[in-house]
Amino acid sequence: MTAAANDIIAVAPDRRARGYWSLVGRRLARDRVSTACALVIALIALSAVLAPWLGLADPYQGSMIRRLRPLGTAGYPLGTDELGRDMLTRLIYGGRLSLMLGLTPVALAFVIGTTLGVIAGYLGGLVNQAIMRTVDVFYAFPSVLLAIAISGALGAGIVNSLLSLTIVFIPPIVRVAESVTTSVRTLDFVDAARASGAGPLTIMRVHVLGNVLGPIFVYATSLISVCMILAAGLSFLGLGTKPPQPEWGLMLNTLRTAIYLNPWVAALPGVMIFIVSIGFNLLSDGLRSAMDVRS
Amino acid sequence: MSAAETLAPVADLGGPQQPLLDVRALSKHFASRRGLFGRGGGVVRAVDAVSFAIGKNEVVGIVGESGCGKSTTARLIIGLIAPDAGEIIFDGEQIGSELSLRDLRRRVQMVFQDSYASLNPRLTVGETIAFGPRVHGLAAEAARDRAHGLLRKVGLDPALFAGRYPHELSGGQRQRVNIARALALGPRLVILDEAVSALDKSIEAQVLNLLIDLKAELDLTYLFISHDLHVVRFISDRVIVMYLGEVVESGPVEALWSDARHPYTRALLAAMPSLDPDRRTEEAPITGDPPNPIDPPPGCRFHTRCPFAEAVCAAKAPALMSTGTVQHQAACHMIDPASGHSRATAVAEDQPDVR
Repeated sequence: MTAAANDIIAVAPDRRARGYWSLVGRRLARDRVSTACALVIALIALSAVLAPWLGLADPYQGSMIRRLRPLGTAGYPLGTDELGRDMLTRLIYGGRLSLMLGLTPVALAFVIGTTLGVIAGYLGGLVNQAIMRTVDVFYAFPSVLLAIAISGALGAGIVNSLLSLTIVFIPPIVRVAESVTTSVRTLDFVDAARASGAGPLTIMRVHVLGNVLGPIFVYATSLISVCMILAAGLSFLGLGTKPPQPEWGLMLNTLRTAIYLNPWVAALPGVMIFIVSIGFNLLSDGLRSAMDVRS
Repeated sequence: MSAAETLAPVADLGGPQQPLLDVRALSKHFASRRGLFGRGGGVVRAVDAVSFAIGKNEVVGIVGESGCGKSTTARLIIGLIAPDAGEIIFDGEQIGSELSLRDLRRRVQMVFQDSYASLNPRLTVGETIAFGPRVHGLAAEAARDRAHGLLRKVGLDPALFAGRYPHELSGGQRQRVNIARALALGPRLVILDEAVSALDKSIEAQVLNLLIDLKAELDLTYLFISHDLHVVRFISDRVIVMYLGEVVESGPVEALWSDARHPYTRALLAAMPSLDPDRRTEEAPITGDPPNPIDPPPGCRFHTRCPFAEAVCAAKAPALMSTGTVQHQAACHMIDPASGHSRATAVAEDQPDVR
């Protein structure tokens, strides 16, 4: 039965190109704010990925004689930092780590949290109690404190901060997944699927997952900005990335001594964090309304 | 598994005389938790010692107010919830011991009331119908062909409808898809739980006619649950009347309509809207809501609303007994001469009494 059930979804190749997700995509493309946000994020992400091939200066090469140049200096359009390194280069390179630290924990937490939440919501009873009460324990701590505590206990480093952020974001995703699943589970089509003899795993995969992934995904995208800020915070405290690696949170920290000397340059990493997180938040809002097809 | 690959029709076992479904003293009680630690709550006797049988190729209607246990009975028979007591015997095989729940799925299917909620909005109509056969081991191609064939059977062109999503269909079309899905495993008994109640009157008639045609074509048996007495009378051979989780009367449609013995059945029939202005009812035959099933009244459960209630009704619960007509039974002290009810009429002595 399970072997047959694996490709159960591929049963009707006569599906027309009017699927739910293509409809959501078209609605999202019609929304100007979402399109603009997606473009900005894509631009930042693309430049970060392609940084080594953009002909930029060396992000690690500083010079004591050209420290803290203001914005618009010839050769250094965004000035230089406290060690005389080109800010534009470091902001672009910084995007690599910052985006990675913002996206990876949320992506991991999305997969783990959805799995746990759907299982808890669908099976209910003791399984639900076990999963949800464990999750509740994490709610006893503020997320920032929890991230700092786990990172602090594991020691500084990129992998450890990824791990701590993943742990921080699993509980809220489990909660959302569980509540959405609980509401879907009571619908008649789930009963009809049970009445046709399908096992819980098949029903969860074919009938539940497709109906809960949307809302959970929207929620997860709204967590990306929080995650980026938390990651920046960890780096700021010295628990994430280490100098001289370029990362927005860390750059904000090392530049804070220069805030009176050259406030505009010192604020730049913060501006980047702001742009990306608000971009993800607006995109998440757009996705939410695009998925509300019945409206 | 290999036998299921072609999804061969389920063979008849006991011959035409053996009931297809025999429900014996079926009970389901739900604990209603009120207090923090589960104390202080009562027990809802949703279905309480219900017994009935359905013959092969018969259409049996179940009627009653909302909350009387109609749907719970359906869910118990199809195995969506487990009974607390009682037996369900399908064509001579007891469910749970001789007949596994998985094999039961091949024999009993159900059509739900809400045609929208009972279809997965993310699957096409074709995928939804093919799901059951796939689960039972049919290959993708064969399951698709089966789905297309069923769509044709319920009057929907597969070329037009198989690739559609539920929100692209009308209510009547969706309910046809639900019927096709219920038939996908080749069941012998189909439970129709308010299957036409949510439809427009004209669509309802079309779907009812479709159900009658399918019954003849596929040799089906229906358990038809509804609160609409007109529809029940139209489609059923026999009717079971339920009140607060119990069977109060059962019998052939004509016997029940012409000679209802239980005051509740009479009240239900009197409450039917009539097209004839001379026969219009001016007053509600019974008033008030059914009592709280958490704490049902002692004795006959209907005595709180019954115009003929006497002391004996509150003291002793009447058993289901023959009214003197073939297959016609009622649970009322008024048909039992030994009950002590002042209106109890003498039933012919040679009738077998308490079942």
